[in-house]
Amino acid sequence: MTAPWTAGEEPRVYPIARSGDLVHIRQAIRTLSQECRLSLVDQTKMITAASELARNTLIYGGGGTVRAGTVSRGGKRGVAAIFEDSGPGIPDVEQAMTDGWTSGGGLGLGLSGARRLVDDFDLNTVPGEGTVVTIIKWVR
Amino acid sequence: MVKRDSAVDLVGILSVEDKDLASSWIREVSGTLGSRVGKAELDRELRELYEALVEALRQGATDVHAEQMSEVRALLTELSRNRARQGFSPSETAISVFALKRVLEPLLEDGSAEVVRAYLQLGRILDGLGLFTIETYTQTRDELISAQAEQLLELSTPVVRLWDGVIAVPLVGTLDSARTQVVMEKLLQALVDTGSEQAIIDITGVPAVDTQVAQHLLKTIVAARLMGAECTVSGISPQIAQTIVALGIEFDGIVTKASLADALKLALRRSGVDLVAHQGGQR
Amino acid sequence: MSERIPILRIGDTLIVSVQFDLEDQTVLNLQEDLADQIVARSATGVIIDIGALEIVDSFVGRMLATVASISRVLDARTVVVGMRPAVAITLVELGLSLGGVSTALDLEKGLAKLNRAASSGLQ
Repeated sequence: MTAPWTAGEEPRVYPIARSGDLVHIRQAIRTLSQECRLSLVDQTKMITAASELARNTLIYGGGGTVRAGTVSRGGKRGVAAIFEDSGPGIPDVEQAMTDGWTSGGGLGLGLSGARRLVDDFDLNTVPGEGTVVTIIKWVR
Repeated sequence: MVKRDSAVDLVGILSVEDKDLASSWIREVSGTLGSRVGKAELDRELRELYEALVEALRQGATDVHAEQMSEVRALLTELSRNRARQGFSPSETAISVFALKRVLEPLLEDGSAEVVRAYLQLGRILDGLGLFTIETYTQTRDELISAQAEQLLELSTPVVRLWDGVIAVPLVGTLDSARTQVVMEKLLQALVDTGSEQAIIDITGVPAVDTQVAQHLLKTIVAARLMGAECTVSGISPQIAQTIVALGIEFDGIVTKASLADALKLALRRSGVDLVAHQGGQR
Repeated sequence: MSERIPILRIGDTLIVSVQFDLEDQTVLNLQEDLADQIVARSATGVIIDIGALEIVDSFVGRMLATVASISRVLDARTVVVGMRPAVAITLVELGLSLGGVSTALDLEKGLAKLNRAASSGLQ
């Protein structure tokens, strides 16, 4: 899935290389969500989902990037973020999407929890090549 | 000036037996509407409309959108809006216009070719007016519905303070997912705003819940607990209790009470208030 | 050197007020510092005020749960206070219900909760 970026508004790319980057990404998503006029609860959900996925990219993917910007589809507006890494990929997606399952000593809520927090969720992974996760939260 | 002539013909048809036509039109319409519109009101409405129509035709109006028809359109708009508000169906509303065609039918029986031509032309105009009526009716209905939906959302989210530190949301009517979410966010915000540690969700007025709504209720109760407040659910009907069990929804750890009064008693006890009934009572 | 959050003490209670979005390392430092301080100051209660936090993700959530467990082992009670409604809704949706963590609406109510627990413990 590629995000339907709003015409004329290029998404920005942020690096995910060290844990300090997570703070900047949360800040960037917050600014986008506020500009987009997501409700307070939806802002909070979007930022939290982004935080979970960025941490996954860092810990399991060995670092990567996130592209974030506003999207439009059928008159609706929203915020999208695409997390990309060239790490080992996820061998068993179904298992990774299960609540409580973790390979890295976390709570195992990152992927499955993030999916519940957003409207659109797409996971694309190739073992040995990397993982791309796209999330979108639409303005209601 | 062919147009002018035919306009006069149209007026001619309508004016031949002036009084009679308007009266039989009113009779025809009141027959379909029954007693739900006052006789006098209907009489006034239709006579005004009739006169406006004759006048518009005299001025050469050829269809519903003509400038000369503006008075007719205004009257029809008012009529459709009233009917929509009073709860008439679209066909009951449009019949007011179409009935005029039926009233004119007898003219055709021994009418000349001229009369038939004029009747058909008038028929087309009346069809246009009828459609206009339905459109206005639908518009009014849509406005009514969206206004009611808004009112409902406002009405449905009263968070009331029952006591110092005890708030309640009495929910009434069918809950859908969106409405439940709105109510619940409001409840949680009210906990912060009033500094209340006890919240009561009263669902006495809720006829049924589905899985999603029940899940929203549960999530709200857990969220309230995360914020440092306790929730009690009161007024669960036997049907809802059956639904909850049938759907296998985990209601463990959720405090429920039969009535709002019982829930309030519990909330007061939890916030350290003692209720003492005085012997004999005070008058 | 990453940042450390100051831990205040009033009587037997340690108070931490988190005022800004935390780096993961700062979160881990806080968890460590609290464990040390509970023992060093023989505290019986810990209050973590997160009223200023606009989001709490699973990492911070896990720290809160861990501190609560650690303090229980060290014979102290932890109360998390001031969680915002939007944060609470998000945490529940995320799947984190912080089962073993006591909570209160604000600092004052948190202190009252600790006091109540202390006095009922004495009886």
